[in-house]
Amino acid sequence: MSDTLLQIRNLDVDYLLDKGEFRAVKNVSFEIGRGELFGLAGESGCGKSTIAYAITRLSKAPAWVAGGQIILDGQDLLKLPESEMQKVRWKRVGMVFQSAMNSLNPLMRVEAQFHDVLHRHTGCSKSQSRAQAEAMFKLVGIPTSRISDYPHQFSGGMRQRIVIAICLALRPELIIMDEPTTALDVVVQREILEQVIDLQRAYGFSVLFITHDLHLMAQLCHRIGVMLKGELVEVGDVKQVSQSPAHDYTRKLWNAIPQLPRQSRLTGETA
Amino acid sequence: MSIAPHFPIIASEPVIQLEDIERRFGPIQALRGISLSLVPGRALALVGESGCGKTTCARIIARMDQPTAGKLRFQGRDITKTGTAEDERAYRREVQMVFQDPFSSLNPVFSIEHHLSRPILLHRHAVGKAAVSDAVSELLANVGLDPALTRRKFPHELSGGQRQRVNIARALAVRPSVLVADEPTSMLDVSIRMGILELLAQIKQKERLALLYITHDIATAAHVAEEIVVMFAGQMVEWGETNAVIGDARHPYTQLLLSAVPDGSRPFVIGESARFLEQAEKVRALSRPTSTTVEQVGPNHFVRPLAAAS
Amino acid sequence: MMSGLNILLRQKKAVAGLVIICTLCLMAIFAPLIAPGVPGARVGRSHQPPTVEHVFGTTKMGRDVYTQFVWGSRTSISVGFATGIAITVIGTVIGLIAGYVGGRTDAALDLATNAVLVIPNIPLLILLASFAGTVGPLSIMTIIALTSWPWGARMTRSQTLALRNRDFVTAAKMIGEPRWRIIFVELLPNLLPLIGINLVGSIIYAIVAQTTLEYLGFGDPLQVSWGTMLYNAQNSSAIILGAWWDIGAPAAGIALIGLGLALVNFTFDEIANPQLRSGPALTRWLRLSRVRNRSLGATR
Repeated sequence: MSDTLLQIRNLDVDYLLDKGEFRAVKNVSFEIGRGELFGLAGESGCGKSTIAYAITRLSKAPAWVAGGQIILDGQDLLKLPESEMQKVRWKRVGMVFQSAMNSLNPLMRVEAQFHDVLHRHTGCSKSQSRAQAEAMFKLVGIPTSRISDYPHQFSGGMRQRIVIAICLALRPELIIMDEPTTALDVVVQREILEQVIDLQRAYGFSVLFITHDLHLMAQLCHRIGVMLKGELVEVGDVKQVSQSPAHDYTRKLWNAIPQLPRQSRLTGETA
Repeated sequence: MSIAPHFPIIASEPVIQLEDIERRFGPIQALRGISLSLVPGRALALVGESGCGKTTCARIIARMDQPTAGKLRFQGRDITKTGTAEDERAYRREVQMVFQDPFSSLNPVFSIEHHLSRPILLHRHAVGKAAVSDAVSELLANVGLDPALTRRKFPHELSGGQRQRVNIARALAVRPSVLVADEPTSMLDVSIRMGILELLAQIKQKERLALLYITHDIATAAHVAEEIVVMFAGQMVEWGETNAVIGDARHPYTQLLLSAVPDGSRPFVIGESARFLEQAEKVRALSRPTSTTVEQVGPNHFVRPLAAAS
Repeated sequence: MMSGLNILLRQKKAVAGLVIICTLCLMAIFAPLIAPGVPGARVGRSHQPPTVEHVFGTTKMGRDVYTQFVWGSRTSISVGFATGIAITVIGTVIGLIAGYVGGRTDAALDLATNAVLVIPNIPLLILLASFAGTVGPLSIMTIIALTSWPWGARMTRSQTLALRNRDFVTAAKMIGEPRWRIIFVELLPNLLPLIGINLVGSIIYAIVAQTTLEYLGFGDPLQVSWGTMLYNAQNSSAIILGAWWDIGAPAAGIALIGLGLALVNFTFDEIANPQLRSGPALTRWLRLSRVRNRSLGATR
């Protein structure tokens, strides 16, 4: 078992137009190791979300994977028939989207939704999935008594944590998070991401974290890739990319983000 | 109980004043004890998480909502009660708003030219096709957009940042004295936020506007506003001069907010999540109860201390 | 809006539909040229099958079906379109006002809408028609228009409610736009695809309603229209006697215009809901997907 979990090699993704096509992802290659937190940064439209959807082969028309390989643990996902791909999704590769908190069925209690997902992928019984759900709730810091509540009874941040919990319940090897906290407040954002770090250490899954906030990525990830107009312009260790970026665009991206004035770094201790 | 505004009076008279504003929605107390002033040529940032009441505040100032108690003053006059249609129209000329969503703030069927000519025509700032056209060009140039290229375009042909600039231009076309910016950059990429914020700061100075900047991102507040009000659960918890509040935050909630701002040089530490969650919950629980006392901790720095713990 | 027209023209269905409608309209307009003569004139033997001289055959009374068909299209198409437009206008205005203004105005208009909605259309028309004896095209138009608008009003109201809270409407209010302008200039263009669907549906409905009334004998026997043609054919037992052309021609006319309108309607649906769009890009994507899925399925 090698250290590399996911290898993207020379990936090309086109958006089909009425006449011709537009290459949204150009010859992108990078690797994610086991237990690694890899961040993909870039502005809107640079192609990072397109890659996320391509990995799980959920690209919606008109996005079309034109070439390259997506190798998960030695297996090229692009060459799998759909039936095999369904076994990969959620069980081996989980996804958490920006509006995932809105993807919970408003008419079903949360424990029922756990059961729905777990049963479909592992065939477990109701009591088994309930036990799992309680364990996951504990993990993401939500009182287990609330397991039979409806989604609307939770705040947006808590719903996002529930979605992450459902994702984790299947023990995937890789979780793709596409702007999971962009719609949330900074405090909630930090709550969720601190949790992701701890969970990641406990369970050993890898994370592909997609965002346009470089500073957030630098706090969270081990390695970072920067994308510009479909191309990967820089990849490297977080320290290297943040402190001595090699590419002009990376530097520009760092400098463009509003930061607190230097003297206000606080540790957040309560009185 | 009335709390006198705790802002030192600067050279100009405040153009908008909120005095002890309260807003109830049935049993829910959305705002209480809100007192602040907007001064021409200066910006005030209203910072807090979603649901803290900052948008309700903005709506009250923009006259899209009425307070249930307290006074709203415009140029010193008490205008809390709805006035005549003429009064309302006059107020509209003075107070304009820039909305959060750059995508839904523009009508998809009309060109940028139309969007900017309408306010000019409505308020008769220019008469005649040529004059209006020139005015539109000037507005576009002032917000950093190429007039010739942009005027003919439709909203879907512009990027988020460009759309937001058009929204600002439209608000300015009315020539207001107060601009309320409700989370103007929250839906934009982090890398283009500074551009918009710098534009707002520039315009504030050039046009001597009183700017109310609403955001949940305290880091941006520091770049735009001389004064800041931190809100939580409908109350002002800490306010005053931005440097003082951010540099020497006294209220636990402010400290929590500041600690949560993404900072690339401080990576997350493994094993900290439970502690942070617990701390966040504790701060929120402590900050919620109403407290009417105000403590002054600096020449322009005020804190609402936590109510005595039970 | 221009892009809407472009989309319209690029859809094959819409083009086909428009071609059919335009052909029929041109036929109606140029009736004196392409079917000279008086439709009521007896020009042949009774119930003659189609020949070179009478391409659509003759009626029981010896009238040329082709001439009747061409001249009759004028009445049927013009009344149908005019009524359809009237229904749409009434429904849209009421829906817009109810949706935007809200409050008591909305409640009142809602009550009116529901009241008219409940009225059974055709029976009412029959009742009114039997009172008046026979009803000319103008009366038919009025009656149909006044009883058929609620469906469109409801649709328009829902859509208006959805759009009313969009920021651009609030922004228009803030810069001081008067209310009527917000409703009719800012909101209305955003409803065009819906209004298009409403219009096409209303025209089809109006044509059918008008034909039904005339078929049942409530039309003006002195006017020639597809509906009166059907009435006369029925009365002369055309089908039993084997004179299929007598009924066939007007029926085909109605079917054709209905088909043309339905084809155009698909495209309004697609403009209104971009997810339904089936441009060349989507077609290519679907084809490529099918090929790829097939080849991947084969490897195992």
